[in-house]
Amino acid sequence: MALQMAVLGVILYGCHGLLTNTQANLAARNIASGFGFLSLESGMPISNSLLPYTPADTYGYAFFMGLINTVFVSVIGIILSTLLGIIIGVARVSSNWLVSKLAEIYVEVLRNIPLLLTLFFAYTIVLAALPVPKKSLMPLAGFFLNNRGIYLPRPVFEPGMAAVMVALVVGILGAMVIIGMARRIHDRTGRVIPGFSLGLVTAVVLPLAVFFMAGSPVTMEHAVLKGFNFRGGLVIRPEFSALMTGIILYTAAFIGENVRSGIQSVDPGQINASKALGLSQALTMRRIVLPQALRVIIPSTTNDYASLVKNSSLAVAIGYPDMVSVGGTIIGQNDQAIEIIAMWMGVYMTINLFISLVMNWLNSRVQLIGR
Amino acid sequence: MYLKRIVVFLCVSFLALGSTGLATTLEDVKARGVLNCGISEGVPGFSIPDSSGRWVGFDVDMARAVAAAVLKDGEKIKFVSLASKQKIVAVSSGQVDLTSRTTTWTLKRDAKQGVDFTTIVFYDGQGFMIPKAMGVTSAKDLDGASVCVTAGTTSELNVADFARANNIKFEIVVFDGKKEALNAYASGRCDVFTTDISQLAALRSTLAKPADHLILPEVLSKEPLSPLVRHGDNQWKDIVTWVTNGLIAAEEHGITKANVLKIKETSKNPVVQRMLGKSGDTGSYLGLDKDWMVRAIQTVGNYGEIYQRHFGPDTQLNIPRGINNLWTKGGQHYALPIR
Repeated sequence: MALQMAVLGVILYGCHGLLTNTQANLAARNIASGFGFLSLESGMPISNSLLPYTPADTYGYAFFMGLINTVFVSVIGIILSTLLGIIIGVARVSSNWLVSKLAEIYVEVLRNIPLLLTLFFAYTIVLAALPVPKKSLMPLAGFFLNNRGIYLPRPVFEPGMAAVMVALVVGILGAMVIIGMARRIHDRTGRVIPGFSLGLVTAVVLPLAVFFMAGSPVTMEHAVLKGFNFRGGLVIRPEFSALMTGIILYTAAFIGENVRSGIQSVDPGQINASKALGLSQALTMRRIVLPQALRVIIPSTTNDYASLVKNSSLAVAIGYPDMVSVGGTIIGQNDQAIEIIAMWMGVYMTINLFISLVMNWLNSRVQLIGR
Repeated sequence: MYLKRIVVFLCVSFLALGSTGLATTLEDVKARGVLNCGISEGVPGFSIPDSSGRWVGFDVDMARAVAAAVLKDGEKIKFVSLASKQKIVAVSSGQVDLTSRTTTWTLKRDAKQGVDFTTIVFYDGQGFMIPKAMGVTSAKDLDGASVCVTAGTTSELNVADFARANNIKFEIVVFDGKKEALNAYASGRCDVFTTDISQLAALRSTLAKPADHLILPEVLSKEPLSPLVRHGDNQWKDIVTWVTNGLIAAEEHGITKANVLKIKETSKNPVVQRMLGKSGDTGSYLGLDKDWMVRAIQTVGNYGEIYQRHFGPDTQLNIPRGINNLWTKGGQHYALPIR
């Protein structure tokens, strides 16, 4: 006990010393500490900001732009890499030799190359393959493709759109009610009601009907070539495309392996039994295999999601202004590295704790429940 | 008792964290026997590894002069390649003893970022490089253009200022490294690449077809480039300041790499005698020995020789001396009296 107290004392003394030493050194070099700099004008440019931003805005707002870029990349990355990962995983266990071999090659190649190289490769390909703005490709009217980005028509909402939004919310709520009712009827009586399809119809048809009744209250703003670049419209920059491509391809390889191991963890005897009971292949997958596979898939996929969020910081290498890129520039301008690094750590930790919270909740839902 | 040893080790390290007291940079460097110097990521003329991997360039020679003065050997130096946004933190945190790395002297960096500037070694200005095929002759005609720039530089801020001041819009794409930014420009991602004009000339020479690229005549800003040292160590700052100043003074007095020893013996000029340690002991004021300047000049030559070697007409870059000439020849370099 006495020894433990002594060790604790030494650790506390060390931490205290580290803190006072740091403060003394910062003061000696006249480096400010604290978060006051966040309210100063940044003067730095950010391409690819999701909200309006100019160099006249503050450092705090600039950091926030980086933060929402990080969150945006993470959310889109998680959704798309999950979808691709499921396809890869299912393909891996496919009885079709070619399909399973291709999936295997995909996994082995992507998983064993550093993500940074994949990103450089994707960015170089994107820039090399696409033409200059004056020679843009136009796959569809109003859509332009060049080495400055993908230009899409931007929907501009007119007043009637509010009613459509209300209808959409009502439709989604209605769909949830219908699905819940269908499940209760099924639990009570055993009758199968296509609640999901009915719900989907409600969620789509209602807002669509209101949309046309309001006289289609949306106009499209098209991108126009003016001078050196296109102006207007919605732009997806090449840095973003390359980052997403790299991160999704890379993470999907890992998720695919999780899906494969999940599916293979289900005893083939159960699949045979389900067939013997006359369940279709789709029902077997949905009712027998997936619920049990998810128990294996979810914990390791939680890790992959966390890695994806952290990997998004490699954006800095290809010029996409994520939180690390913007924060790094702020450090360069203020030298207040400790504050920015603390903010980075706080944000990544919050995002990843949130992901594990959601995934743990999901995991507890799919655990075997003894009845 | 393995565990016990670990606990003791941790205790000792934590106690070490608690203790204060830093040696001066000069003592550190002498004890280490090697000067740690921050350098660019590779800009022809300023600092770039040659075919054998040895760093060469204007900034490199400025640093070797310091190593020669302090450690009596211009080779006792370790170069650390730093990205723009690392350079200031690397100095203020003590990772390197100085940087000699195309860094612009600004008020904020000097006063608020834990570093000090020593002497202006190069007077530069920011410019724009564009492909000739664009057919643009003035920076003000670049409204709507995409601009590639390196993060953490004054260029990044100046280009944003330029757009605001002239009420034009740029799509500014910021890259972490200079090479990535230049590659993106070369592959057509941007219409414009921007940095200091001397570096534009240097980097243009590395492109596939240098003649296809034009440096616009506008100078966006003043970029006085200076080495960086840590804030608060005045002795070390003085050393770096006066070595550079000595190289400029050497040019003023016609002292070269080849003739420095002869001049030391023969010169009757008391100013030169003091500088080369023949009379008096200027080195002792800095904590160095008598021959500090002799060794610096022997190692890299005077300022003019360094300039000619890396930017002169015999080099690929061929940047005219212009404002970087001596004050007696219409330039800005004016050596302070060494006495």
